[in-house]
Amino acid sequence: MYDLFIAPFFEFEFMRRALAGALALAFGAGPVGVFLMLRRMSLVGDAMAHAILPGAAVGFLLYGLSLFAMTAGGLIAGIVVAFAAGLVARTTELKEDASLAAFYLISLAVGVTIVSLKGTNIDLLHVLFGSVLALDDPTLLLIATNATISLAVLAVIYRPLVIECVDPGFLRSVSGAGAPAHLAFVVLVVINLVSGFHALGTLLAVGIMMLPAVIARFWARDITMMVVIAVASGCFAGYAGLLLSFHTRVPSGPAIIIVAGALYAFSLMLGRVGGLAWQLFPGRHLEA
Amino acid sequence: MTAQLQFRDLTLGYDRHPAVHHLDGAVEAGALLAVIGPNGAGKSTLFKGIVGTLPPLAGRIERGGLAARDIAYLPQIADIDRSFPISVYDMVAMGLWRRAGLFGGIDAHAREEIRKAIATVGLTGFEDRALATLSGGQMQRMLFARLLLQDARVIVLDEPFTAIDAKTSADLLALVRRWHSEKRTVLAALHDNELVKAHFPQTLLLAREAVAWGSTGEVLTPQNLLKARQMCEAFDEHADACVQVA
Repeated sequence: MYDLFIAPFFEFEFMRRALAGALALAFGAGPVGVFLMLRRMSLVGDAMAHAILPGAAVGFLLYGLSLFAMTAGGLIAGIVVAFAAGLVARTTELKEDASLAAFYLISLAVGVTIVSLKGTNIDLLHVLFGSVLALDDPTLLLIATNATISLAVLAVIYRPLVIECVDPGFLRSVSGAGAPAHLAFVVLVVINLVSGFHALGTLLAVGIMMLPAVIARFWARDITMMVVIAVASGCFAGYAGLLLSFHTRVPSGPAIIIVAGALYAFSLMLGRVGGLAWQLFPGRHLEA
Repeated sequence: MTAQLQFRDLTLGYDRHPAVHHLDGAVEAGALLAVIGPNGAGKSTLFKGIVGTLPPLAGRIERGGLAARDIAYLPQIADIDRSFPISVYDMVAMGLWRRAGLFGGIDAHAREEIRKAIATVGLTGFEDRALATLSGGQMQRMLFARLLLQDARVIVLDEPFTAIDAKTSADLLALVRRWHSEKRTVLAALHDNELVKAHFPQTLLLAREAVAWGSTGEVLTPQNLLKARQMCEAFDEHADACVQVA
């Protein structure tokens, strides 16, 4: 038991770093994912993750595998695409999802082109799938900082964010906080995706954000519990995924997301709130 | 009487198309005003203008010294995401926004107020229920509890009694009358002319423009109602720029 579940983290420093990174990621991305889901923006996270690629790629092109350059590039590209898509949606007939789709597809093509111009396939793999097993101190610090910022900002914008989801007309009538809260939230999505990008790569970064959120939807009826469950299942996926990767040589990033995916499948079947099993075998109807 | 709301050559609309066109007039402080008119007459649009969420295309609204955000607003129930995971208690507590804001705590006194508001609308025992489990009538009761907590001088109700059973309508109407007796100004968009006749002394008949505005008996005539139906022309994609001068 000890050898299987605990020893890898005691014996290898890279496993401890990876675990710390994965846990920080779960704390930052989980709650953001819950709000993305409740705001019906689940695929926006995916689009944004792709949008980050060209920025990171330009950073990579200019400075090689530099943490600062790739992070700054990713942040800038992510925020530019988010705001450009929002602007197009507000000023033209195109809806926000369509406009984001256009921007992220272009970004993805540009990003992959830039990486392959200079780098090797190994570099491309690194960018696409991350390297949670090779997190150095600054990267770890960046992920932890982003998680901290994300929790603090979420606490500040929590009320307007919730009210805007459930009753936007009411929020607009009592406060102008809706729009700034939304902007702050979009920035949170981007910084968490940048964190996820370093650990899991651009393709899977959004996995650690959305999968815990959809898992939580099957177990909780109120947001607070959803956030708690999302963070917990994100942490579990990180821990179990790293173990899976350690014992089976599956790449670590995909392993983490596969564990989250298995949790999702389990929740889909047996989740207490709308799980399939409860719908197939609902039991006798109640008195009232 | 002093005017609580004053519309001055007010035009409200979307994408330059007017939904309320060159409206002039005043709502007195303490008035109980029904706003009626066909679908698409501009009732909801006017209310969005009053509560400040839709800026006028032209003209202006004076609010008798109140800020737009001090006006309590009941949105149409269709605008609410009823699948959202939130409890009745939390939803009602939103009524304290002006006092609590982003971060303010909700202390024992405020909790007691919330409890009382929920009791007043007859939803005691429903505090922990999720929105998705409420019936249409319970939903509307909950929104009235939120209005009670907002404790506003002016209250704007967008179709408060649509698709609501008789008992619930009567209970909620009692609250409207209580607000009226407390000298609050209440505006309600309604479709039931009998209800308007029975309970609302003042009526504004809207069809993009004010067809008639005054005491309910004088406004609700067959001629006026016919005129309102005819005036509610379809939205014209190629309409020219309006040059009417007030």
